[in-house]
Amino acid sequence: MRMLTFAKRCAREILRDPLNLMFGLGFPVVLLLLLSAIQANIPVALFEIERLAPGIAVFGLSFMTLFSATLIARDRESALLQRLYTTPLQPADYILGYILPLIPIAAAQGCVCYLVAMALGLPLTIHIAYAVLMILPIAVFYVSLGLLCGSILNVKQVGGICGALLTNLSAWLSGVWFDLDLVGGAFGRIARVLPFVHAVELERALVSGSFADAWPHLPIILGYAAIVTAGAALLFLRQMNRQ
Amino acid sequence: MDAIQTIELTKRYKDLTAVDKLTLRIGQGELFSLLGINGAGKTTTIKMLSCLSKPTSGDALVGGHSIIRDVLKVKGLIGVSPQETAVAPNLSVKENLELMCGIHGFAKEKRLARIQELSAQLGLEDILSQKAGKLSGGWQRRVSIAMALISEPSILFLDEPTLGLDVIARSELWDVIRALKGKITIILTTHYMEEAEALSDRIGIMRNGELLVTGTADELMKQTGARRFEDAFISIVKEKKS
Repeated sequence: MRMLTFAKRCAREILRDPLNLMFGLGFPVVLLLLLSAIQANIPVALFEIERLAPGIAVFGLSFMTLFSATLIARDRESALLQRLYTTPLQPADYILGYILPLIPIAAAQGCVCYLVAMALGLPLTIHIAYAVLMILPIAVFYVSLGLLCGSILNVKQVGGICGALLTNLSAWLSGVWFDLDLVGGAFGRIARVLPFVHAVELERALVSGSFADAWPHLPIILGYAAIVTAGAALLFLRQMNRQ
Repeated sequence: MDAIQTIELTKRYKDLTAVDKLTLRIGQGELFSLLGINGAGKTTTIKMLSCLSKPTSGDALVGGHSIIRDVLKVKGLIGVSPQETAVAPNLSVKENLELMCGIHGFAKEKRLARIQELSAQLGLEDILSQKAGKLSGGWQRRVSIAMALISEPSILFLDEPTLGLDVIARSELWDVIRALKGKITIILTTHYMEEAEALSDRIGIMRNGELLVTGTADELMKQTGARRFEDAFISIVKEKKS
């Protein structure tokens, strides 16, 4: 009950910020439209809608990191968290209250992305539903990463690190904009160790109906989601104790 | 029973002693002000008493419960309005109050009754639907105090409640605080002399983590032979320094 009250408040704070809506929903849609228009004139295999839509759906989740990190950092700076620490709310209430509201928002973002992709020619199949479903564990990873960053960074740092650096790095390392095999070397190896490319390849495989190609990526996503969530919880508790 | 009793309450951060063996009693229904210049230890004291920060040594009893052993019981008794306004900016005033009601586990009927009661008490009726983040500093402070009062605390901590407010907003907030006097115990920190003098039953003056003296404004003026409270404060802080 207490956790749900807090989660509801977090959802309202995020959804009532027009910038969040613009970046969370608007930006991935604009990218889809823009790249599809380019694709129509200069066809590139990487930007075929079956490959582009899953990539953009995952790229859009990096904004969930920005939203959750900004909310937590702002709550710390405004002393709202300090006020709430003097109430009967328990540590788990805060952690779940920050993470849970962003999961349906991430799912909605994924749905919008695939709906626009269908309007652009992505065939409507049951595979899309699996792809949307698998957005959920990927979203847990991205949202928890935001909780982690928001627990240690201030609002300004969150803007720079999550808003600029992380969104770009996660995109470069995910193979959305270019084929990682073309770069190869250390960059390719690092990208393969990190979860971003696995998230994109999981979604691409599901959309194309190649389940055998999808499942090897899932344990990596789940593992990263578990590790980052545990790390975020620890860092949140550490800053809570420091208050 | 005293509302608050501190027993050699101490907080150290590495080489800095923020609060040094604070021993103090505050009675039920009393408005007690902690006065001191920046870094005196006022906010650290409030943070310890409201269970936000663990003491390095010593203890305090808040409503008879230890701030070290009975944290949940203490949290059930207190309301805190931090130095910053600490409101949820994209939520309306009513939603901010509902948030606090929900966190304290109030049923719908009680929630509505508390919001109505506090809105009338603090004059919030006309701004209930406005976004808290869009309000002026003075109104945000009022909302902050209402959020602290929602749980019907028996002890209210107000940390620098009028910091940064203009003269009118400050005067209006003083009226709000005066209206609460006697109903609940209030511990207020401030570095405004006139605020401590105008509102307090008793005043404690802190410097470098030490509680130098306690007494009514009149007692402290008498003790120092000063005609104005500000002179008494300066005299006490400088005398103890030398």
